[in-house]
Amino acid sequence: MKKFGAIYRKELKYYFTSVTAYVTITVFLVLSGYFFFSIFRVYNLLSLQAIKNNDFSGNLNLIDGVMRPLMGNFSIILLILLPLLTMRLLAEERKQGTFELLLTYPVTDMAVVAGKYFSALTVYTVMLASTLLYPILLIIFTDPEIMPLVSGYLGLFLMGASFISIGTFFSATTSNQMVAGVATFGVTLLFLIIGWTAPFAGPTASAILSEFSILFHLDSFTKGIIDTRDISYYLFLSGFFFFLTLKSLESNRWKI
Amino acid sequence: MIRVNGLSRNYGLNKAVDNLTFDVAKGEVLGFLGPNGAGKTTTMKMLTCFLPPDSGSASIFGYDIVRDSMEVRKRIGYLPERSPLYSDMKVRDYLHFVGRLKGLAPPRLKSAVDNAVSGCGLESVFHSTIAKLSKGYQQRVGIAQAILHDPELLILDEPTIGLDPRQIIDIRQLIRNLGRDRTVILSSHILPEVNQVCDRVIIINKGKLVAVDSPDNLRERLRKSSVTRLSIGNSVPSGDITIALESIEGILLVSKEYDDGSISKYIIESEIDSDIRNAIIRKLVSEDIPLLEIYNEELSLEDIFIQLVTEEAPS
Repeated sequence: MKKFGAIYRKELKYYFTSVTAYVTITVFLVLSGYFFFSIFRVYNLLSLQAIKNNDFSGNLNLIDGVMRPLMGNFSIILLILLPLLTMRLLAEERKQGTFELLLTYPVTDMAVVAGKYFSALTVYTVMLASTLLYPILLIIFTDPEIMPLVSGYLGLFLMGASFISIGTFFSATTSNQMVAGVATFGVTLLFLIIGWTAPFAGPTASAILSEFSILFHLDSFTKGIIDTRDISYYLFLSGFFFFLTLKSLESNRWKI
Repeated sequence: MIRVNGLSRNYGLNKAVDNLTFDVAKGEVLGFLGPNGAGKTTTMKMLTCFLPPDSGSASIFGYDIVRDSMEVRKRIGYLPERSPLYSDMKVRDYLHFVGRLKGLAPPRLKSAVDNAVSGCGLESVFHSTIAKLSKGYQQRVGIAQAILHDPELLILDEPTIGLDPRQIIDIRQLIRNLGRDRTVILSSHILPEVNQVCDRVIIINKGKLVAVDSPDNLRERLRKSSVTRLSIGNSVPSGDITIALESIEGILLVSKEYDDGSISKYIIESEIDSDIRNAIIRKLVSEDIPLLEIYNEELSLEDIFIQLVTEEAPS
């Protein structure tokens, strides 16, 4: 546990003493801020029109009109930014040769992988927490439902956690950061769009495809539904790639 | 203390280490000598539990390198080739980080770091970033991280590679100091280094063990004839000198190496185990030939090495 702490702190310190964390968080905030502004602008226009037309059917609310599209956009930005955050984790160790020293210290693979994983997860949490400004603005100036906001953020957190797990795994398999980043991007993108073909597939295949989709599971969180099925989807995805990362480290000690 | 038994490792079809067997006693400084690509690094990677052996086994202080890897790792300090470090970290932070990974907790951690820093002469760069240090200092940081938890066994892979002569002397001195109270295995392809630092030498070539012995014994074993060098003033015709020398009993071959008109130099090969220097001096004095210089040539470790490696080469 102490060794986990040492690795975790070292990685976190790297993120915040190099420019990595600041650049990633800044870019994320600029993009998400722009999305918030433009989505809110459209929502504003729509609600004015609704008032003019005396149409108070109740379809228009801040969660469906602002937060859900915003969170959908978050997932696209995260898809591009999180691989950049994770690609260095183990690939750099391999490249510099420090990987060899690390594995000859009396440290378990678990401590190494967990230290790396949770440091990236911490940066992501800071990143996500700084976007809380947008719902806070909504709460100050309007009157949105609180629970869908909470569950939406929980969903985003879990989604990011699984992206980071996938990223950590690809970083462990190569000494080239670029390869790790691109592979992570490819796989997460695939998980994101895999549901798109669901409407055209047969009933069984359709269900399977949408169950695999990251967006499908995020959707119910943003609606305000906390379903164990969605939680376990993300936990399984994170856990599975975390396990693969452990095995990837262990494979160095396998006899061929 | 350290037993290596039939250790082998292949990279594809290439046998990097082939059935290596040797022991290392406690407190010994063992030199691992071989040309580049001989399997030195691979052997060290196996001993430090980074690479598993394909066959054979090794135990360090009674712990098997595969089964009890964690116990072995607690007891060794390792410096890989090119001493990989986290170059963006400060020396202080780096050593504290490694100390924690090696299981040292704060009160002991501080004294361990202080000891390693003073042992490796790192006081002046303690607060510097590793990337900004000279290669020599980086190497010291590498050694400092290896000795941090005061391991019983130090494994150093090419510790002086890429250093300037002054730094090499410093690092060798450091290794000699470290070798006083612990076991050290170091690899090198620089022979004088092994000669100066090590109690015993293992020569490997193409993954196979070629010889194990102390540098002195190796030298003794491989001496097929002894060579004496002479410098003689040219007041006597050179033909007379050769005749005079060849008449001495025990001399096998006399050859003139150099002649500039006033001084000539001779190389004399004689039978092994017979010191003919006295006989030569007597003979030359009685013939009134001016002898300027005489010395026995020692077989250098380079000669031994080349002899062994080329002898074993055809296979």
